[in-house]
Formats: sequence, structure tokens, C-alpha cells
Amino acid sequence: MWKRDEAVKPTSSQPATPAPVVSQPATAPTAAPQPEIRRIERDMVNIGKSVVIKGELNGSEDLTVEGHVEGRIELKDHVLTIGPNGKIKAQVFAKAVIVLGEVNGNVTASEKVDIRDGGSVDGDIIAPRVAIAEGAHFRGSVDMQRKGQPAQQSSKAAATSAQSSSQAQPQPAAH
Amino acid sequence: MSVALSDLFSRRRKEPADPDAGDAPAHPTKVLTRFVASLSARTQPVLLDLGPVVGANVSFFGEQLGCKIIVEDISKDIDRHVRDGKLDDLPASLSKRFPQESESIDGILCWDVFDYLDKKSARSLAEQLTRVLKPDGVLLAFFTTAQPQPGTRPEYTRHVVVNATTLQHRPYPAARARQRPLPNRDIQLMFEPLRIGEQFLLKTNLREVLFRKKPAEAGTSER
Repeated sequence: MWKRDEAVKPTSSQPATPAPVVSQPATAPTAAPQPEIRRIERDMVNIGKSVVIKGELNGSEDLTVEGHVEGRIELKDHVLTIGPNGKIKAQVFAKAVIVLGEVNGNVTASEKVDIRDGGSVDGDIIAPRVAIAEGAHFRGSVDMQRKGQPAQQSSKAAATSAQSSSQAQPQPAAH
Repeated sequence: MSVALSDLFSRRRKEPADPDAGDAPAHPTKVLTRFVASLSARTQPVLLDLGPVVGANVSFFGEQLGCKIIVEDISKDIDRHVRDGKLDDLPASLSKRFPQESESIDGILCWDVFDYLDKKSARSLAEQLTRVLKPDGVLLAFFTTAQPQPGTRPEYTRHVVVNATTLQHRPYPAARARQRPLPNRDIQLMFEPLRIGEQFLLKTNLREVLFRKKPAEAGTSER
């Protein structure tokens, strides 16, 4: 009993408040990962259901949108998540985009676009990897430019190479 | 009580094995190999997919073949017209459906969409597809040869590409049943001036057809 009472007593002169204990997630197993959790919490921003933003949204943190955004979203090196309640009418640029809500506009990602079940995208997607779940809605085009492939080639060059390759290899195997 | 609980758990474990989880039966395809071979000879081909969006197909054509994929789900158009009771407007709607420029598409995946269209709508759609297809471009279409069975629940089929020789067929509810099968001659006439490059009649009563547009003549290829 004596030892337990002593352990509860604050060591500093500041009064003990329950706040730090409450803010700590229940799943945190030890004190060691605590700074990591705080860092993650700090680097994620959430735009709530009732928030409406019209204009340009730039950032250097991961962002979750549950509200409405109209205009342009740019998170170059970060992940944008459009939550189930999120409605986006904007051009989107991010490292990765996860869609559970609605997007109306073109989406460009340097790594991946992931449209989950119930997610909806009306617009063109440019990303090296695109995942579309069954039950997702998509209307538009998907451009997954392969590495080492030039983005645009003249139609003349393309036609020439297609003709020459089809002559050289009558039925090239797909895989 | 313990029996009932274990039964409950075993049922829960079986839930992911539904067709939606991806274990739908596999069907061989003959014509897809030819379609893929034709596209793989091109640089960054543009592909028009008239079926519902399927993640596996986007990965297959996008990652493996480097295609730019345009998804225009015609089944949604059919459903909307059925729901609104405006099926008569479908041919006109389809004739304005495609914003793509003429001769801008390398390959078109029609799947079995023509089975759900009346003749007038089918002709209107075929006309548009012929317009947007590039010279030497290819169009893949499936046509059933079996008569529609009355009383069966209308279903579309989601065609999932497993590989160039295998497809998975995943049914999903439709607002309109399959129409009477189109005779071969009507199919040919409908897609003129496209030529039938390959045609296979499978045991499943499915006719797989690969149409090809005549290559541009020398001197007229520059537009």
C-alpha cells in the first residue's frame, strides 16, 4: 500500500492532471512508442463533416476530408483520404489518394489512387498504380504511365513503331 | 448452446467465400489473346471499356500493357433509360454518348453489352464505336447465341480479366434482360466498315468476335 501511494504522487512541482493519460491511446502498449503516436497524430489533419472549403488547399501533412472542398487540393508528398462523407469538386494532386467518398475532378497521384467500396470518382486519374474496389463508381480515364516510358509521343512515331513491330512480330505474346 | 455457437462461427468464416470475394468461375476466352496482342504492339494505346469498372482489368491493361483506359459503362445508361421509362430515347442518347474524337481509340472492349440492346440502339452504338476507333484498331465483342429464357432474373455480367486466356464472369443485377440474339449477318452489317478479324463460337453459346478497322492507306494516315 505504501509503495503504491508513493508511485501515484507527482514527481515535479506541477499539479498532476489526468489530461496526458486521457490523450494516450488505450492501445499504446508501453511508454516507448508514445512520441511516435504523437507525431502521427500531429501529421494528420481532418477536415470535418460540416466544413466547406472553396479555393486552393496546399499542405505538407496527410489530410482526411470529411467535408466539402471545391477548387484545388495539393499535397505533393502526402496522403489524401476522402472519407465516406467527403465531397470533393476539385483537381487533386497528392502522393496517394484514398477515396471512400465522392470526387468530381481529375486526380493525379505520384504513387497510388485507391477507390474503395462505396467511393466515387468522376474524372481522369493519372497514377502509376490504381486500385478500384468492386462497388466503387468510376467514370473517366485511367492513365498509368509505365516507368521509363515517355509521357507523350508523336502519333507518327507511335504508328511507325506499331507497324514495324507488328511486321517483325506477327503475334507478340502478352506475358 | 455450444453447438449453436460453433455453427455460427463456421458460418461467419464462410462469408468471404461469396462470388464477390473473387472466386467466380473461370471461363476460357479465345479472342482476348488476339486483342491483347494487337494492343501490345502499340505505344501507349488508348482503350475504351464499355463495361463496369473492374479494378483487375484496370491493372491488367494499365500496368501490364501501359494502356490509357477510358471507362464508359453502358449498362448504367441502359438501366437509367429503363428506370425512367425512356427506352425509345436510348438510340439518340447513345449517338451523343461518346465525347472522344474520331479515330482516337486503339481498342474497344464491348464485352456483351450488345446483348442488352434493341437493334436500333445497337446500330447507334456500333456507329459511334466505328467512328472513334483508329485505323487498324480492334474491337472485342461477345454475342450470345442462346435465346433469352423467360422468368429468369435479369443480370449483367462483369467480365474480370484473370489473364489473356481466362475471364471470370461475375453476375450483377440488371434492369433489362438480354434481348433476342443477333444473327451473324446483322452483326456484320451493324459494324461495317469494320471487318471480322477473328470469330469463335464457344461451348457456352457465346460468340466471341474481334473486329478490326481497315488500316489507313499510305498518304491518308496524316490527319
